[in-house]
Amino acid sequence: MIEWFTWVQVVVAVVAGIVCVVACFAKRQPDDITVGTGAVVLLLLLVQLVVAIVAPFVGNAPTGNLVEFYIYLVSAILLPPLATVWALVDRTRWSNLVLATSSFAIAVMVYRMFQIWTVQGL
Amino acid sequence: MVTQKSTRAVGLGRVLIAVYALLALAATGRSVFQIATQFSEAPLAYTLSALSAVVYIVATVALIGRGQGWYAVAWATISFELAGVLIIGLVTVLDPELFPHDTVWSFFGRGYGFVPLVLPVLGILWLRRQGRVARAVDASGVDGAGADGVGAGGVPRDPGTTR
Repeated sequence: MIEWFTWVQVVVAVVAGIVCVVACFAKRQPDDITVGTGAVVLLLLLVQLVVAIVAPFVGNAPTGNLVEFYIYLVSAILLPPLATVWALVDRTRWSNLVLATSSFAIAVMVYRMFQIWTVQGL
Repeated sequence: MVTQKSTRAVGLGRVLIAVYALLALAATGRSVFQIATQFSEAPLAYTLSALSAVVYIVATVALIGRGQGWYAVAWATISFELAGVLIIGLVTVLDPELFPHDTVWSFFGRGYGFVPLVLPVLGILWLRRQGRVARAVDASGVDGAGADGVGAGGVPRDPGTTR
């Protein structure tokens, strides 16, 4: 994992979650903005997937358990699409809170992935 | 039609279901990892992890499902979760040696931001509310769909609202 990119990812996911919480409190339906924040979070996760595949070959090997790492990464990648389907089915403002939950969970999961990669095996 | 207030409650109920689904995913992910890579180290703890994962999945489905059957299943699974997190949480605090390997319930769900401790409580509050709404609807003369004495829980859920 690349440290600065990981932190960017965590911050973006937290900001995405906050935007969705605000949208819920503002009584807005899920729209392009809130679903879009989920899409950005997903895009960064896909970049992270590529980074994770390439990194061990360029001298950036994980210290921790790679199976656990990928369970986190794959689970995280599943979340934005599921939350988006939810937002398309349930057209109430509460879907924004579901989108926020997904992004906050991903922020925590990325941090956990970073721990597995950098400190778990030390 | 439903009032503004109950719309909010229904909406929050859906968020609760989403968080349950998330915890089900988290518990399943951890359980798959533990059983796939290190089951022999702690068969009891990891069997418990798998069991808790299954219970979270069933609870999620039961919260989505309609009718008194699912309502009863929701009560059973959520009560089981609350008992699990309290018992395992207490055991891990009092005697950490007994459960040296992590489960979703260890230290009252500390590894998951205490969500496993909070969620069953919110779930039970939600189910109680659902039961009250159903009884109120019964009392107002709408068809109660034949409660068969499952106790306070034996009433159909969510009859007055639309999806």
